[in-house]
Amino acid sequence: MNTVIFRTLAPFLTALMLLFSVFVLLRGHNEPGGGFIGGLIAAAAMAIYGVARGIQPVREALWFHPMAIAAFGLLLACVAGLVSMLAAVPFLTGLWIYPSLFGVEVPLSTVMLFDLGVYLVVVGAITSIALALEREDI
Amino acid sequence: MAAPAGSAIDLSAALVLAPAPLADWLVILPVVWCLTSGAVLLMLRKNLHIQPLLAILALAVLVVLDGLLLWRVVDGGPLTMVMGRWLPPFGIAFTADLTGALFALFSALVALAGGVFAVQNIDGSGRRYGFYPFLLLLMAGVSGAFLTGDIFNLYVWFEVLLISSFGLLVLGSEPKQIDGAVKYAFLNLVATTLFLIAVGYLYGLFGTLNMADIAIKAAERRADLPLMTLATLFVLAFGMKAAAFPVNFWLPASYHTPRIVVSALFAGLLTKVGIYSLVRVMVMLFPVEREELSFVIAVAAAATMLLGALGAIGQSDIRRLLGYLVVSGIGVMLAGIAVGGPGVAGAIFYALHSMVVMTALYMASGVAGRLSGTFDLNGAGGLYGRAAYFSALSLILFLSVAGMPPFSGFWPKVMVAKAAIDIGAWWLAGSVLLTGFLTMIAVGRVWALAYWRPSAAPAGEGAGAGAGPGAAVVLPLSALVLVTVLVGLFPDPLLSQIQAAATLLADPSAYVDSVFPHGAR
Repeated sequence: MNTVIFRTLAPFLTALMLLFSVFVLLRGHNEPGGGFIGGLIAAAAMAIYGVARGIQPVREALWFHPMAIAAFGLLLACVAGLVSMLAAVPFLTGLWIYPSLFGVEVPLSTVMLFDLGVYLVVVGAITSIALALEREDI
Repeated sequence: MAAPAGSAIDLSAALVLAPAPLADWLVILPVVWCLTSGAVLLMLRKNLHIQPLLAILALAVLVVLDGLLLWRVVDGGPLTMVMGRWLPPFGIAFTADLTGALFALFSALVALAGGVFAVQNIDGSGRRYGFYPFLLLLMAGVSGAFLTGDIFNLYVWFEVLLISSFGLLVLGSEPKQIDGAVKYAFLNLVATTLFLIAVGYLYGLFGTLNMADIAIKAAERRADLPLMTLATLFVLAFGMKAAAFPVNFWLPASYHTPRIVVSALFAGLLTKVGIYSLVRVMVMLFPVEREELSFVIAVAAAATMLLGALGAIGQSDIRRLLGYLVVSGIGVMLAGIAVGGPGVAGAIFYALHSMVVMTALYMASGVAGRLSGTFDLNGAGGLYGRAAYFSALSLILFLSVAGMPPFSGFWPKVMVAKAAIDIGAWWLAGSVLLTGFLTMIAVGRVWALAYWRPSAAPAGEGAGAGAGPGAAVVLPLSALVLVTVLVGLFPDPLLSQIQAAATLLADPSAYVDSVFPHGAR
């Protein structure tokens, strides 16, 4: 696995996959895709980077511990549900706002916040597992 | 779906349009609170010093939330909130009735006691592995199981608590723990799979997963649906979860391996979730099938309680002995479910009593083990001379678990035995009484050997000699003992609520009305 070609290409591949994972996450709002599959793609990107460069660079690149990322995702998902409390509707009811950014109407919603939470939980949890497996390997 | 703002669609066909007042949030808040605080604790995993403080605070808030929920349910009947405000039965409903609220409150109390006890029992490495986040997530699963009104959602909360319990079980990663965890994990996964199969079958038959909806449809279409098969599957799955004979062997094989506070929480919470589910499904949803199966359940109950008590007599490790006592208590609860009617109230009462007392007993065994330096009855001794107050607490717990008055174990046993006699099941009532007697022998043996007998080693030797149990240990233990004493001396307030809860289970019309207001379906 540890060839020059792979080691050189891996960072680009990782960057591309991370970008794609965000695209899948946002696309999942109205079309196939979503936080879970997006998170898996991002975790796969981390795994590729880890295989090519070792786990320490991945940890440095992530900055936060993967479990902390997963926990933050869980927190986001809970908050997305709790926002409904302010609007006097039941837990997890979808709420939209339509702010205008540079003349374009951007629909933002608690559903998207929840999906972002799912994304982070999956990225954090799967990366954490992948790094642990990688470490035992050596 | 991001519909453009201002489009005219009749939402009332799909959504609950009535506003959800803040009081309704009480039904979901215990779960969300546990998940949120668990997530925060997980993010602060490396800050070992503030972990216990935050966790105890979070658990105290959980007790308050569950207390408010119970108060609200006692006051205004069952409380429902449908997630995402979809109309039931399509949205996932959370419905708290008296049974669920009582179980949730007692589980929160036990968890709070466990959280305080863990300050001393769980060291730095346990905290770094995430004891407190796991505890909060476990409580999310337990509270969710008690409060959900959707049977597939119940399965999901089972998974949540199961995964958290795996984490708690292997805290410390000793080979013995891994061995216990493998047995526990495998057999629990088998039980969960059976449960999932039963849920799938149920969905195939009814086309709905909402418990209120199932209760209505089961009553309407009982004649042409194979409900016996379904009920039998549920009894097997939940019986395995609750550690009923003959599928009880995973419990004594694993409960003595983890840290003592983990054993205490498991003994208090996990098997009771199985009992709660059995009560919910068999008493509320399939009462006719429960009646049909009552003899089978009764035989399993008698075998569970007697073998549990006999197993306890045969053990010399205090923790293993307590594992068998947990199993024996499950037998009494099953007997109550088998008898039905007033027996169900007895089963609920016994489950609440058992939550408190089994947790406290495991905690006491941890203290006893530390004081005498061994969990083996043959080497222990002299605890009474060393820690008189702690010994008094233990004695109360021993008497309570054996069902001696005036402690909380007495009343539910009386209720179950009387209900059994009333329907003419003398042998079942007899085995409840015989179990009490055998349990007394088992705990009497612990008392005589570990507490009363003069210490084998001369004073001043052994691991914890001289140092009495600290405040972080005595405080939760005293609180739990206080609960069992108070419930034993003044059973009426709790008893009247439990009887009301059992009545609501037998006739779930209030539960159904809360999910489908104005009879709309």
